[in-house]
Amino acid sequence: MPEWNKPLPTISGETKPYWDNCRRGRLLIQKCDSCGEYQFYPRGICANCWSNDIQWITSSGKGTVWTFTVTYQNGTPGFAEDVPYVLALVELEEGVRMFTNIVECNPRSVTIGMPVEVTFIQATNQISVPYFKPVG
Amino acid sequence: MVDLKHSAAIVGIHEHVTRYAPDKSELQIQGESVIKALEDAGLTKKDVDGLLTASSSSRNTGLNLADYLDMYPSFVDNTTVGGGSFEFHLAHALNAIVAGRLNCAVITYSSTARSGSVSVGTGGVARFGHPRLEPSPDSFEELYGLTTVGLYAMIAQRHMHLYGTTSEQLAEVAVAVRHHASMNPEALFRNPITVEDVVNSRVISSPLHLPDCCVITDGGGAVVVASAEVARNCRHQPVWVLGAGEAVAHQGAGKRDLMYIAAAQSHKPAFEMSGVTHKDIDMAMIYDSFTITVLETLEDLGFCKKGEGGDFVSGGRLKIGGELPINTDGGGLSSNHPGMRGIFLLMEATRQLRHQFEGTPRQVADCNIALCHGTGGALGSRHSGGTVILGRD
Repeated sequence: MPEWNKPLPTISGETKPYWDNCRRGRLLIQKCDSCGEYQFYPRGICANCWSNDIQWITSSGKGTVWTFTVTYQNGTPGFAEDVPYVLALVELEEGVRMFTNIVECNPRSVTIGMPVEVTFIQATNQISVPYFKPVG
Repeated sequence: MVDLKHSAAIVGIHEHVTRYAPDKSELQIQGESVIKALEDAGLTKKDVDGLLTASSSSRNTGLNLADYLDMYPSFVDNTTVGGGSFEFHLAHALNAIVAGRLNCAVITYSSTARSGSVSVGTGGVARFGHPRLEPSPDSFEELYGLTTVGLYAMIAQRHMHLYGTTSEQLAEVAVAVRHHASMNPEALFRNPITVEDVVNSRVISSPLHLPDCCVITDGGGAVVVASAEVARNCRHQPVWVLGAGEAVAHQGAGKRDLMYIAAAQSHKPAFEMSGVTHKDIDMAMIYDSFTITVLETLEDLGFCKKGEGGDFVSGGRLKIGGELPINTDGGGLSSNHPGMRGIFLLMEATRQLRHQFEGTPRQVADCNIALCHGTGGALGSRHSGGTVILGRD
């Protein structure tokens, strides 16, 4: 495994199930049992109704590109050598959006509305990071 | 709603002219600015009972500034919500004056981002100055190489997708603001540019080109705000705070429509309080971190409909002599941007309302009412918006 030189997440009690499941190749989001709303990023309360009745749901891992930018300049090690790369907001089928990179494609081929699916890259023994790639 | 009009006024301003000050500390720039702004007002240290400041540096607080200047204010506000913090400060000073808690306050800011080689726009996570990410939201965002310009570029990309906005239309903003910079001897970039210059330049983060992005400078300044009683005895005629509003906008748990920015909320109380309408606004200072910031802000302030910003900013409308002149000092796109530019919006609006440039091309004719809107943070993730409406007697 090549050395990971991008930032790594800091894991807290309320986000540990997310990262544990990323390691197993599953993308988790949350649903509130009180009001029925989905939410992302994960947190210990429902952002909508403030209840504690949060359930972890396995997302289908499929979605579309809501918006994106092809990044040509970033001085941070780990990204400086990756330019041009695609920073995107992907809208999952469940209706919540998340930041990601669109990988395994020509950056200039990405469009808004493009169907994408989750793929995981192992960063360390503990952490795998979810990315998205074009479907098919 | 209590009538807050004509309760508080901007009575003194000073913009530190430096764009590069490797030999000065941030506190020194602020100190020099406070002294000059009080001179401008015709006031002295003993007249000041309020101190308001914001900084990108966590150590450059109101506490340290009060120590540096040996001040003992009874009203202190360190509200730090990004570049637009100073519009929030002015609103808070207004509240405190109306409540009888404050007679005269200094709002101040400085940064040495340029001499410190801070990559404000493209530094990625290094813009925080530390590698450790907070569990949230950092750990769900910074893994993907966010940059400040990227977070605005994503909004520009979707604006183009939904409304057919073009790079040429975004460039119109940069061209208008550079035209104004050409009249400001202190501006960093003063050579006029064309739409072709902008769209043929290097792409930083698609669809934004280099001239779509603000400059990085050192700099700072101070604004003195005072009660009506104090204001009546100052050197310049008062620039009244007619209305103010503040708001934040964010991801909304992954569901909020990011195409509507904080300005859509903050402008409403500002207009309601002031009793003026959009047609009454003679000039506007619109936070111009990026050209898309201006376009979206003008839409969400209600100067045009959502999606029509591209047409609205075109054809010279934003230039002095046009329907809505903006950023007549050359803005962040061409004059200065030390990292948090909101304080400079208040200064240039004050100059225009004082008719300081009368008889020169930089003066907006018959300038009686101005609007300032500060944006802080990033449109693509989370940001603040502060709207203030100012007027002369």
